[in-house]
Formats: sequence, C-alpha cells, structure tokens
Amino acid sequence: MTIHRRTFLGVAGLSAVALAGKSTIGALAKAGEEAAPAAGAATRWAMVIDPQRCLRKEGCKDCIGACDKVHNVPLFKDKDHEVKWIWKEPFENAFTGEENPYTAEALKDKPVLVFCNHCDNPPCVRVCPTKATWKREDGIVMMDWHRCIGCRYCMAACPYGSRSFNWLDPRPRIPALDPEFPTRTKGVVEKCTFCEERLAKGEQPACVEACPEKALVFGNLDDPASEVRSLLREHFTIRRKPELGTQPEIYYIV
Amino acid sequence: MRDRGLIFTGLVLFLGLITFPVWYNLASGTSSKPPELKLPTTEKQCVAPTETMRMSHMEMLITWRDQVVRQNDRTYVAADGKRYDMSLTNTCLKCHDNKAEFCDKCHDYAGVKPYCWDCHIDPKLVQRSKG
Repeated sequence: MTIHRRTFLGVAGLSAVALAGKSTIGALAKAGEEAAPAAGAATRWAMVIDPQRCLRKEGCKDCIGACDKVHNVPLFKDKDHEVKWIWKEPFENAFTGEENPYTAEALKDKPVLVFCNHCDNPPCVRVCPTKATWKREDGIVMMDWHRCIGCRYCMAACPYGSRSFNWLDPRPRIPALDPEFPTRTKGVVEKCTFCEERLAKGEQPACVEACPEKALVFGNLDDPASEVRSLLREHFTIRRKPELGTQPEIYYIV
Repeated sequence: MRDRGLIFTGLVLFLGLITFPVWYNLASGTSSKPPELKLPTTEKQCVAPTETMRMSHMEMLITWRDQVVRQNDRTYVAADGKRYDMSLTNTCLKCHDNKAEFCDKCHDYAGVKPYCWDCHIDPKLVQRSKG
C-alpha cells in the first residue's frame, strides 16, 4: 500500500489537532479539580452584634478594655490624639443612613459598639499607596504596620472612622504593656484586625470572649451551620451605611 | 642633608600621631575583641546553625515578618523538622532572654540600629517596670 502525499499530510494534520485538543482538555479538567476543594473550605469572618444585649449591663466596657489590653492600644486623654479599635457611639451617629426621625426608645441615643467593619469592598484598601492594608482571603481587612507610611489616605477613605493615627509616640501612653503584641510608633495608622493573631491560635476575638452578655458573636459566614449564619436567619439585622456599597461585615440585630 | 635628623624625627612623630587610634585601641583591648555575648542557658539548639544565624538572622527575621503578617503563615520548620512559632518576642526572646547582653551588645559593636524595638517589646523591660 502506498500513501499519497495528500493523505499523509491530512492524517498528520488531524493527529496534531487531536493531540492539542487532548492536552487542552486535560489542563482544563485539572484546573477544575484544583479549584473545587478551595471553594468548599472557604472562610469569611464576620460578627453579629446584639445592641439590646450589649445594653443590659449598663456602662460595661469589658470588650473595649480587653481589646485595648491585648493590643497595647494607647490611652490619650486629648480627643485629637485618641486611638480607638473598638468604642461606643450613639445609635443615631453610628447609623446615619437610618434617617428615621422616630428611632425606637430602646435604641434612641443609646451607645452602640462600633469598630472596623472588615468590608467586603474596603475603600481603605483601594487608596493605600503602599499595600500596608489589604483584604485577606478570609475577609479580614489586615494591616501591615511595617509598611504603613502614615499618609492617612485610608482614614479619609473609611466612612466609619474606624482608623486612628498615632500623632504622638504611643508607648508612654499604654497603661500596661503586653510583650506578646507589638506597639505601634508615631506616624502609623492602626485599627481593629479582628484579632487575627488570636484566630491563628484558634481563639475567639478578645472582645467576643470578654463580653459578659454574649452580645458579640463571631463566626464564618461561608459556613451555613455557623452561629452567625443562624443569627442572621432568625433576626432582622442592619449594617452601617450600606448605601455606600462597602459591604460591611458587622451585622446589628434590631 | 644637614636636616636629615629633623626630617626623620618629624616623620616618626607624624606616623605615630596618625596611627595613634590603632595603638590606643590595641593597648586598651576594646575594639580588637569581638563582644562577648550572653548565650541562653535553657536551650542548646537555635532554629538554625550558629553560623547561619550569625550571618543572616536579619534576613530570616524579615522573611518571618512577611510570612506572618502578609501570608498568615506562622510556623517555621527547622532543618531538623522541629516546628517553631515565627515570632521575635515570643520565640527568639524566649531563649535569648537577655536582649541587652545579646542583641544590643553585638548591634552596638557593629554599629547597626535595627528599628525592631520601636514596636516589638523586650519582655524584660515590662517586668522591670512592673517590679
């Protein structure tokens, strides 16, 4: 049997196409396999706060104290120099978008816990020129204080005032230094990090652990069986300034 | 040629004067000797061999810093398979508990001023201020 030049070229061409197609399909299938388990094990940290429970123990500042202690947050008497990670804000000030002139008695002028919302679409991250702040895969809006140059763009971008600047050396103003956690220096911005150093050890955030009324619940939004998800299913919740599109991940039960 | 004596005396004086710092240090025995560091007594083995640590602990610390802060990866696996928490204050200083006699002494000798301690805390300082 003789093979004509045309037949040979035809068979060779078809074989080449078949080989290329096989390797492409193989690569695609492999990519699919690799992506699948990652999607199943996703984590998205979030917090659900019950302001009513928070108000039960009047004047309680346990969470704020616990946070300040483990993170070496300085205490400045002068409001201009204040450094805050978690603090209380009157309901109307925290929820300016509510524009309801008849706030329920239970919440009117009452203090509400506020801190970094660890937004899904964080404006602070967009403006940081050094990538000193970024969104981690588990949703935490993290800070690298080594990289912060103190330009304060993030403070201008954050619509919640969650970030503070160290105008002065914070070290002498820290009531009790905890050597396990670093302090910051003058010229650096700081904020709540969802206690990522405690999460790494499998612990709950310090504020959640300190709350005597269990008003703060921390958990994984991507897990349908988590406590935060069940709370969100059972209650009507609001978020701070959702109209801005930042997708805050701190939910308040009303 | 009659000035020979004068010239040589001048030269000897001149050389003596410009090399004075060398003689002075040799006589007092300060800079010719490397600093004597206080090594930890509790632990015999560091995370890497002494030579590596001496040469490149600064690079290791920078890597540790980036891995912990930026990658959320906190475990260092040493060459012998032992695991360590990547932390300056909680791992390094747990054994090297005398920062002044270990870190500072050598840094002072080498004339380097690392800014680690602007934020990271020497646990000894806290104890002292409490006591």
